[in-house]
Amino acid sequence: MEYFAIIIGAIFVNNVVLSQFLGICPFLGVSNKVNTSLGMGAAVVFVMGISSIVVYLLQYYVLVPLGIEYMQTIAFILVIAALVQMVEIILKKISPALYQALGIFLPLITTNCAVLGVAILLVQKEYSLLESFTYAVSTAVGFALALTVFAGIRERLELNDVPQAMRGVPVALVTAGILAMAFMGFAGLV
Amino acid sequence: MKSSLFNMVTVLLCITAVTSAAVGAVYYVTAEPIEIAKGQKKASALAQVLPPFDNAPAQQVDTVAVDGGQALVYTATMAGEPVGYAVESAAAGFAGDIRLMVGFDTQGAIRNIRVLEQGETPGLGAKVAEEGNPVEVSFVGKSPADLKMAVRKDGGDIDAITASTISSRAYVQAVSRAYAAYLEVSGGAAEEWDTSSGATHHAAEADAENDKGDSL
Amino acid sequence: MKKWDILLKGIVRENPTFVLVLGMCPTLGTTTSAINGAGMGIATMFVLILSNIVIALIKNLIPDKVRIPAFIVVIASFVTIIQLLMQAYVPSLYETLGVFIPLIVVNCIILGRAEAFASKHNAFDSALDGLGIGLGFTLSLTLIGAVREMLGSGSVFGYKFITGDGMIAFVLAPGAFLVLGYLMALFNKLKTRMR
Repeated sequence: MEYFAIIIGAIFVNNVVLSQFLGICPFLGVSNKVNTSLGMGAAVVFVMGISSIVVYLLQYYVLVPLGIEYMQTIAFILVIAALVQMVEIILKKISPALYQALGIFLPLITTNCAVLGVAILLVQKEYSLLESFTYAVSTAVGFALALTVFAGIRERLELNDVPQAMRGVPVALVTAGILAMAFMGFAGLV
Repeated sequence: MKSSLFNMVTVLLCITAVTSAAVGAVYYVTAEPIEIAKGQKKASALAQVLPPFDNAPAQQVDTVAVDGGQALVYTATMAGEPVGYAVESAAAGFAGDIRLMVGFDTQGAIRNIRVLEQGETPGLGAKVAEEGNPVEVSFVGKSPADLKMAVRKDGGDIDAITASTISSRAYVQAVSRAYAAYLEVSGGAAEEWDTSSGATHHAAEADAENDKGDSL
Repeated sequence: MKKWDILLKGIVRENPTFVLVLGMCPTLGTTTSAINGAGMGIATMFVLILSNIVIALIKNLIPDKVRIPAFIVVIASFVTIIQLLMQAYVPSLYETLGVFIPLIVVNCIILGRAEAFASKHNAFDSALDGLGIGLGFTLSLTLIGAVREMLGSGSVFGYKFITGDGMIAFVLAPGAFLVLGYLMALFNKLKTRMR
């Protein structure tokens, strides 16, 4: 039940993009086509899942025993950056097909603040290892969901006659605002 | 600069060493002010919810297990006599825990309530943190024993904040837990106090209703 | 490039929020009121100026291949320092801004300026650049915060000018997107008007 609450909460109620404002850059940047946004979403699910486990181990087996929790930000960002690099190298060796699909998105993920944000949040919420993993993966699924839905809307938006000043980012932001309103309907679900 | 394995490793190590030292130094300098800042919030909340006292309630802590976690009870004394109790308790609100400091006098009446921590929606549920909000006002000066501990929508005596029933319910629940902890520490009225429903448990009434249901 | 130019370009011509569209997460996440927006902007500005100076000073010592990791370490350290200082001296603001303070690390503006400006210019120019971009960021955030606060809570910088509530939607998530979107459109309109 608790896990169910975490999953629904992370995907819909506190959607990482539309209510927590994390990962806005890829949300605006990689949402022109449904296909690319699906690829990006899958890559984020993959990296966030792994990083949640690594970050958990780092926090409770390195930082806390050494009493240097205040180094959290530095340690996390370095580990995440290294992790993304490693995933890229390993994927290239082991599964070229998967690398073909996700490869180009991996370098973009280091600068995706959602990954670092979720790492910090799951320590803040004092989740257990399994809860952390569940939370991270559900958050990433929420990200993928928002990204894909948004890309679907933007594909249609392309065909419309948007006023000069609103073209590009402004109209995308207004669309996102309306989408965020729709997601508010999930509030109070858990 | 050309990269070689040697200079890459050396430079990164040097940078990390220097910056870690800098961060460590700042940590050392700010450790005390951070502690003080954290303590200050609690101290000012204690002063606001308790009657005048001459001890250090922050040091007189009892930890009481209530349903769904623990509550901390701070005892205030004047010339050695207890004059009031402040209870720190929490309940899950709309977004994370709402953590309260509830002040009781020796009779069990609530003197004042302060919100220590909340992450409710700004403009809606976050109003629980404002002084003089309807939920707080419904409690001040009364004893939970004389109140039906639920918001009006659920048939209780407590006014809720408009459009923030979940936050208001959590507030009420946290107060109920605080009262349970207060009773335990002060050794007050040994009345049955059921915090899970957030209301005094009228066992007799409930049973009577069940009987009716059975006979029909 | 003239010194004034370096300083001023960040405020309008290369405004990080409205023109470069960088650092959107804190822009949307922390602007529930003018004060919060200003606080976030100033914290970011400090990190930006300091990291720009340090990077400009050490740029010749860093081998090319580890440039980005080295920059990230420098930036992350300054972020941690700001984090500790805020926790100690402005705890209430620190609590409000929450997770967005550590996230200054991944704010694209900072790494972007390190890479595009500080790694090519001297320390003084880099500091000016950091100050200019930082000011532009702070002004944008304060403006967005002020508009949202005005519509959402009926107050500016905490001074209430209506009784009762505002349109709460503007303080909530959707309002962030809508206000930024329309302000950006306005900015574009003014820019074409001026040409």
